[in-house]
Amino acid sequence: MDTPTTVVNVGTDLLAAAVEAQAAAVTRVDWRPPMPGTEDDLVAVATDPLRADANVRALTAMLEVQATLVDVAPASEVLGLERGQFLHAGPPIGWDRAAGPLRGALMGGAALEGLVDDPEDAVALFESGSSVSLEPCHHRGTVGPMAGVVTPSMWMWVLEDQRTGRRTFCSLNEGLGKVLRYGAYSPEVLTRLRWMGDVLGPLLQRAVRATTESQGPVDVTGILTQMLQMGDEAHNRNRAGTLMLLRDLSPAMVAAGDPADVAEALRFVGGNDHFFLNLAMPACKLALDAARGIEGSTMVVAMARNGTDFGIQVAGTGEEWFTGPAQLADGLYLGDFGPDDANPDIGDSAITETAGIGGFAMATAPAIVRFVGGSVPDALATTRRMHEITLGENPRWSVPVLEFQGTPTGIDVARVCRTGILPQINTGMAGKVAGVGQVGAGLVTPPAEIFPAALARLAELARARG
Amino acid sequence: MTTHVELRSGAYADSVTLLQVSRDVAATEGVEAAQVAMATALNVEVLGGMGFDVPPASPNDMVVAIRAADDDAVRRGLTAVDQALAGAVRRPSGPAELAAHRTTAAALRDTPGALVLVSTPGASAAVEAMDALDAGCDVMLFSDNVPVEQEIAIKRVAHERGLLVMGPDCGTAVVGGLGLGFANVVRPGPVGIVAASGTGCQQLLALLDHAGVGVTSALGVGGRDLSAEVGGLATREALRRLDADESVELVVVVSKPPAPEVAAEIEAYAASLGTPVELALLGAGLPDLTVAAESVLARLGHEVPTWPVRVPGAAHMGGRGDLLHGLFVGGTNCSEARFVVESALAMDGRSTDGHTFTDFGDDEYTSGRAHPMIDPTIRLEHLERVGADDRTGVVLLDVVLGHGAEPDPATALAPVIAQVPQPVVVTLVGTDHDPQDRHRQSEALAEAGAEVHLSNAGAARRAVELLTDKMGGGS
Repeated sequence: MDTPTTVVNVGTDLLAAAVEAQAAAVTRVDWRPPMPGTEDDLVAVATDPLRADANVRALTAMLEVQATLVDVAPASEVLGLERGQFLHAGPPIGWDRAAGPLRGALMGGAALEGLVDDPEDAVALFESGSSVSLEPCHHRGTVGPMAGVVTPSMWMWVLEDQRTGRRTFCSLNEGLGKVLRYGAYSPEVLTRLRWMGDVLGPLLQRAVRATTESQGPVDVTGILTQMLQMGDEAHNRNRAGTLMLLRDLSPAMVAAGDPADVAEALRFVGGNDHFFLNLAMPACKLALDAARGIEGSTMVVAMARNGTDFGIQVAGTGEEWFTGPAQLADGLYLGDFGPDDANPDIGDSAITETAGIGGFAMATAPAIVRFVGGSVPDALATTRRMHEITLGENPRWSVPVLEFQGTPTGIDVARVCRTGILPQINTGMAGKVAGVGQVGAGLVTPPAEIFPAALARLAELARARG
Repeated sequence: MTTHVELRSGAYADSVTLLQVSRDVAATEGVEAAQVAMATALNVEVLGGMGFDVPPASPNDMVVAIRAADDDAVRRGLTAVDQALAGAVRRPSGPAELAAHRTTAAALRDTPGALVLVSTPGASAAVEAMDALDAGCDVMLFSDNVPVEQEIAIKRVAHERGLLVMGPDCGTAVVGGLGLGFANVVRPGPVGIVAASGTGCQQLLALLDHAGVGVTSALGVGGRDLSAEVGGLATREALRRLDADESVELVVVVSKPPAPEVAAEIEAYAASLGTPVELALLGAGLPDLTVAAESVLARLGHEVPTWPVRVPGAAHMGGRGDLLHGLFVGGTNCSEARFVVESALAMDGRSTDGHTFTDFGDDEYTSGRAHPMIDPTIRLEHLERVGADDRTGVVLLDVVLGHGAEPDPATALAPVIAQVPQPVVVTLVGTDHDPQDRHRQSEALAEAGAEVHLSNAGAARRAVELLTDKMGGGS
């Protein structure tokens, strides 16, 4: 038999040293006990005959998706959303348990739709619950940043996977500071939203349709590829992506509207570095949705928060949400705000981390490491650490500073439980009181217990299959 | 005297690391006794035996227990604990800024095709093994306490993919000349071994090496592989590999007798191979391993040497008892000695009652502790106790050398042997090329009063002889 040239040693170092003493190379695994109580479930999942192939299929399906921008249209048209129906970020929740920012956004949304004149009057409306209903964005092929509230009149980006025709949706980004998605509902917030519905949405619709007709749809996945090499991680920094979107759409925008409206729209988009986030998110969801419903797969297909609960969905466990309490982010605060002002983690934007960018691609965005309270070595270490809990790499999305290694892709529930390493999420922080808006930005992780819960379900299903 | 016992939940280090930490702390000035260990039931019992009272704890908690002259000494001891733990943090093997991988799967991305050596606690071993199999790699499972259904599951996967799972509880392997686990340094040669027993394999390696016959590969399969449940899945794969190796002229299978249906299957498979296969089956009424080694030598046309015995400098003849106590680190050495002793006694028409044969490598002595070939503490305690017992007539021990084993076992053992009044017979399994140097170890043990054998069966027979002599003298 051939003499092994390399030995991977997992366990006691003594055995590694004995191999090294014979002049063979040893790679040491820094093994530590898994999350408490997960040993049996980990074995059940590891020895599930479906797992390995299911995870390869889930990862491949996800990586094959090419997200393109095909339309912009009101939620009432593309989602069939009706008066009184509200979508929100995160796993399902009712008004009674909704956090301040989500309540604020719902109140603003009710005023926007004309259900009430004064947002404050919406409290009674939601408390009665008679003519309104709440549903997660994720249940309608949609993702929403922060509170993620979508109402019928809001204009939505429509993304499509050309190969399958599947679509996902996201609202248009309002900018930073006092905005609806951070729970603000003052008159200026509603005025901006009305302008977005009356002017920006229709203008973008004409521009997107004209662009698609003349040169094909804008390749959102392709822009993500480029922006990741230009200092964006596509969650807390979307500056390059926003500019590239403008580059692709502005010729058609100029031809599509009144010059004053076009100038206003270009100024608005150009002044909002996060404008592209609302395209990055549905592009990530479009990719991850391709992996849903693959029996035996332990890959996470959604991480989402509603301000109260943090939830994940997994490829091999259908539509079930595994939830735990949303955590407070650790980071920097705007102005006089401090930790006491912040609401726990909120928003569907963790779909970016689920797809391997955002916090997972921190190494490619050194410019913002201070913004989320870190250092450049931290950023490199974070991306490397995320490779320990992911199934593979995204060959399209590569990180120059890590020798063009692909971003860590496909969070594996089992590896999270084995290593205790939690997904790292870059996030904005909303004020906990309805109406305040953004108070800071930072880093946050999911509550650890949702991963063993998902693992237990995967193990139960594996055992039931025998 | 001050006693300090504390639990550190969430802290973890492997048993070998903690052994070193405990030794460092115990050597601190003013510290009388110290033990840092994971709170497994066994370790809590050991701590209890040392006079420490451990509060209710889970095996995931680390216990730090120190008994010292005064509070200052306890503080010095605790500082030593922190220093030793910090010093024991493993360095990553890659460039300095890279943290080591946390799973086998992640490590194998960097080193595809590597052989994977798993020695995690048994409850987690199958998961790491599956990482190896998923990456198309062979795996050696040094871990014990792996449930049999998990062994079956991973060996089925390996079987489907043409991969080899050595173990679980596989202490020894030599793969293409590379020793893994507790392996002796032997010259390359024409014999291939498939072993369901680690120390059985080591005994055979040592005997063949002494006779001048080399072994290029010795593949462990785990003690349960030839049971009806596991069905010899790893044995078949190991036979296939050795048969495909041109340099192997003869394959020896070392195992307890297989389940009958498995035996038939393996024999049929072996008969289908181009390389001859010799079965060396271990058990009551079967030829011992020394006989098996002699048979291998005969088959290869080699002369059978006289197996070496080193007589003690000053033999112990004390103790008035008539009981034989065997204290072993190798499970196969233990059972083989018992078969030899019991059959010799029975042949003389004497009772086998009261004699004991203890395997300190058994799961019950290793939960959360390093193997006795690494950590001699528990056996040394027993040896002292047995020596102090008037009923003891003869003591039988084994010492196993090779990679992975204690760097100098005789240093710890010799002073305790010297205090034992009864005759002591030692099987010293090893070769002159082993890091510990068999010759030097043999001299040190003989100096302390032990009679040192290479053949375990020979040592066991000699122990019976000594017992008989004493009884003859006493009656």
